[in-house]
Amino acid sequence: MGIAALVGSPIKRREDPRLITGQATYIDDIKLVGMLHMAVLRSPYGHARINSIDVEAARKLPGVHAVYTAKDLNGVVGKVPVAAPLPPHITEGMGRRGPLAEGKVRFYGDPVAVVVAEDRYIARDATDLIEVDYEPLPAITDVEKAMQPDAPLLYEEFGTNVGLPIHPPTEDIEKIFADTVANGGVVVKGRLVNQRLAPAAMETRGVVAEFRKVDKSLTVWSSSQIPHLLRNYLAEQMGLPQHQVRVIVPEVGGGFGSKLNIYPEEALAAYAAIKTGRPVKWIEDRSENFAATIHGRGQVNYVEAAADKDGKIQGLKVQVISDLGAYLQFFTDVIAIAFTMPMVSGCYDIPAIYCSCDIVFTNKAPTDAYRGAGRPEATYVAERAIDLVARELKKDPADVRRVNFIKPEQFPHKVATGAVYDTGNYAVALDKALELANYRGLRQEQEQKRAAGKLMGIGISSYVEICGLGPKGSAPFGTYESARVRVEQSGTVMVYTGSSPHGQGEETTFTQLVGDEFGIPAESVIVLHGDTDSTPEGRGTYGSRGTAVGGTAVFNAVQKLKEKMKLVASHMLEASVSDVELEDGKFYVTGSPQKSVTFVEVASTANLSNTLAAGIEPGLEATSFFEPSACTFPFGTHICVVEIDKDTGEAELTKYYAVDDCGRQLNPMIVQGQIHGGIAQGVGQAMFESVVYDDDGQLLTSSFMDYAMPMSFEFPQFELDHTVTPTPINPMGVKGVGEAGTIGSTPAVTAAVADALGVAHVDMPYLPEKLWKVINHS
Amino acid sequence: MSIPAAFDYHSATSVDEAISLLQQYGDDAKLLAGGHSLLPTMKLRLAQPAHLIDLGRISNLSYIREDGGNIVVGAMTTYATIERSDLLRQQYPMLVEGVGTIGDPQVRNRGTIGGSVAHSDPSADMPGMVLALKADMVVRGPEGERVIKADDFFVDMMETALKPNEVLTELRFASRAARSGSAYSKLANRASHYALAGCAAVITLGDDGNCASASVVITGASTRAMRATSVEQALVGKKLDEAAVTAAASHAADGLELVEDIHGSKQYRAQMTTVMAKRAILKALSRI
Repeated sequence: MGIAALVGSPIKRREDPRLITGQATYIDDIKLVGMLHMAVLRSPYGHARINSIDVEAARKLPGVHAVYTAKDLNGVVGKVPVAAPLPPHITEGMGRRGPLAEGKVRFYGDPVAVVVAEDRYIARDATDLIEVDYEPLPAITDVEKAMQPDAPLLYEEFGTNVGLPIHPPTEDIEKIFADTVANGGVVVKGRLVNQRLAPAAMETRGVVAEFRKVDKSLTVWSSSQIPHLLRNYLAEQMGLPQHQVRVIVPEVGGGFGSKLNIYPEEALAAYAAIKTGRPVKWIEDRSENFAATIHGRGQVNYVEAAADKDGKIQGLKVQVISDLGAYLQFFTDVIAIAFTMPMVSGCYDIPAIYCSCDIVFTNKAPTDAYRGAGRPEATYVAERAIDLVARELKKDPADVRRVNFIKPEQFPHKVATGAVYDTGNYAVALDKALELANYRGLRQEQEQKRAAGKLMGIGISSYVEICGLGPKGSAPFGTYESARVRVEQSGTVMVYTGSSPHGQGEETTFTQLVGDEFGIPAESVIVLHGDTDSTPEGRGTYGSRGTAVGGTAVFNAVQKLKEKMKLVASHMLEASVSDVELEDGKFYVTGSPQKSVTFVEVASTANLSNTLAAGIEPGLEATSFFEPSACTFPFGTHICVVEIDKDTGEAELTKYYAVDDCGRQLNPMIVQGQIHGGIAQGVGQAMFESVVYDDDGQLLTSSFMDYAMPMSFEFPQFELDHTVTPTPINPMGVKGVGEAGTIGSTPAVTAAVADALGVAHVDMPYLPEKLWKVINHS
Repeated sequence: MSIPAAFDYHSATSVDEAISLLQQYGDDAKLLAGGHSLLPTMKLRLAQPAHLIDLGRISNLSYIREDGGNIVVGAMTTYATIERSDLLRQQYPMLVEGVGTIGDPQVRNRGTIGGSVAHSDPSADMPGMVLALKADMVVRGPEGERVIKADDFFVDMMETALKPNEVLTELRFASRAARSGSAYSKLANRASHYALAGCAAVITLGDDGNCASASVVITGASTRAMRATSVEQALVGKKLDEAAVTAAASHAADGLELVEDIHGSKQYRAQMTTVMAKRAILKALSRI
């Protein structure tokens, strides 16, 4: 590719200078003339009937402009949007809510009323003056108890807390289990809890809404991963046509899936702006972020595996129980069904899989996508099953993985759950990780430490995940991505992407991609995103899809422009367009590179048009929408070492190795950054984090004093390597990497802890008292 | 942004002014030192003082010096200053390692020794160390200065012997004795990094090599920092080999009013006090 060397280079992120010098604009940096401030009154109960709400005292506080309750919104503001409501109950309204609670509150933090005031201090003070007469109801917080017939009901009219039970017939799997046992095989079982986590982005949520009465145009600034979906759904919610709503997403201080949502507060701020005629700002505080932003995970999984005596799994039985929380957010109902169930086969060729699923309402905050979104739970099931088989058969966990892997020649491979994996070479990644970790050396070290009475464990996790949403039918709104690319007169290329990067570094990777395709330097490419007025349609950034889907849309738009520019150049070169080539930023006739016109000359000619050949449309602009034909399936193997203090139960992660394969890497430094962050979050789940409610639905982890967020000093240096197995799904061969770290890491830590303690399984998180109890009871 | 309830802010320029403001506003007032304990509780509206009296502008309350066989530390001395003090590193390494476990550099740049002990958070590290040092707490009120012994200072959870109109100005404790060592060990709450169980120990050996005196304090596990009297008694007079220390440390939870929460049960905290006591005592011995 000539001088082009941007793709594949670890160039520094173009986003960083403005971020690290404090010159980036986040929601709270936006200050509009006449702006009012909104505060939300939230339920202090997990479950209660609202008998009455008296807002008079709040309304009278000087500086208060308005107080709204559900009564004000009725028939004016639509329900909080849900991407894919499932039959039978959810399509009939179960779990659906308006922006403010009506009749009942169903979780601690449920929004009940909002105050709009001159400043945020008055707004906050006024919420204390609202008198709500609550009648506390029995709460149900345990997801398995919520399934029992005598459980308190969140939605009495449905007679159950189960939104959708999926229970396929079991005869076939029972026969496989019986046959496997009859042939001398083994059956292993486990109950696995994937606890609730708080996404806890550094920037909490925030909204600014402004309404211009003269043309009824609503502009909403939001800390969101999905500006276009927010525009489309909010327009519907507010009863406005799409063109009257503009969404701007400035810098976003972390999302991790939590901002892949349309929240009540966005509609509330919009409503307040429309009613008061003044811009309205709402900034979520940290306690609200713990209480009312979605939580991640929240699954209980029962797993049984039947394996022959070589460790080959013949049948897998999985029962998935998904804790939805009290209401549905954007993807709440489908996380377990769409992302856990299809992926429980892991990297393994398992002939028969049974998987049931119940999605269950509880008196807790809604769960939804959190970095990994259903795949960490699936991977946890598969990896724990493999380790349980290895333990039962006294085999090395690496060997049992190898026996079960889908072989490279089997791709594309349809696993028993129905998912079709694109490409993979799992044994190579495993072997590379074992080598990187000096696995045999680690096992020797472990023997020595054990002989000295110390607890050291080694954990392996081989994962495969699904990303790059998505093909037709992935979601009702259509999961394509768009790109608009313009070449200016100066030769600067403006890229407007429907992706909405918020830490993924796509301003840099897309620049690399465009720069190389045109053969121009990175400085000549500008990537813009996050404004529905400049990029008319898009789907946003989530599910590790940014580069595979959004990047491909950019790539395809660039191809269109290249053709147009070749046409322009062919007239300038007085040659046939089929003979014109583009290399290193120059257009020339095949075989005569000495006679050329530059990229800038062609850009100038096309844009100024006066010397443009007749019949060629002036300007250089192309739009492309890319809808992938299928998903991509990145994979890898992570290995870690945990040492546990026998006296206190404190676990320390001492070594961490990861070999990941995300297909072709556009920027290895950004890939590594994603892996690092993902591992930190996945290890955070395994070792520290847990959202805890008491039986009444009170949130006990409502600040960082109680919610254990890992800190950098708690991690060893991660040692990374990679393999490259491109996907045929997109022209660049990229798969996706944003969530791989969380998916691969958690099972590795669990395996290491169980290995250190010499037990089959311990539920996360591995806080000292839990491990101390295991040590002292064994 | 969490927002505290409305309050009036007063910046005292002298201890006397702070005392007169305390007299004026009584129970409605709180003193503000580094603010790292008080402000979070105000933001959550768990504390709603009507008046905040800031001690930050009082110039002469931050110092560490040796003074005739004593070490004196001004109440507004920050953790960061303690952490960087060569005098304390040499005299009482316990203090330096102890403050190193508090929060992060930003917290240590703001948090003060006086603020922490006056707050008497049962999970805080500083009260335990101050008690182990048997510090004299120098306080001033309308009637002038008085000294409260550390053993009388910590009354209960978030409660001290300070009167509502008194200001803690200085902590004073004996310089390191010959053949003595000090250490602090803690098991940190993984969220807050406060102590689930901590032990501060100052051990002095006699000429015979046996333990001449022992000051052992448990923090984090109970309603306040508490002297582990039975551990001390089990140490004094003994030759402190590992077996003797282990035996003594097994009494660490004796008499504690144990607390529990989602981070640790009473049983676990009790057991951890013995582990931390053993570690702190052995480390203190290693520094003699």
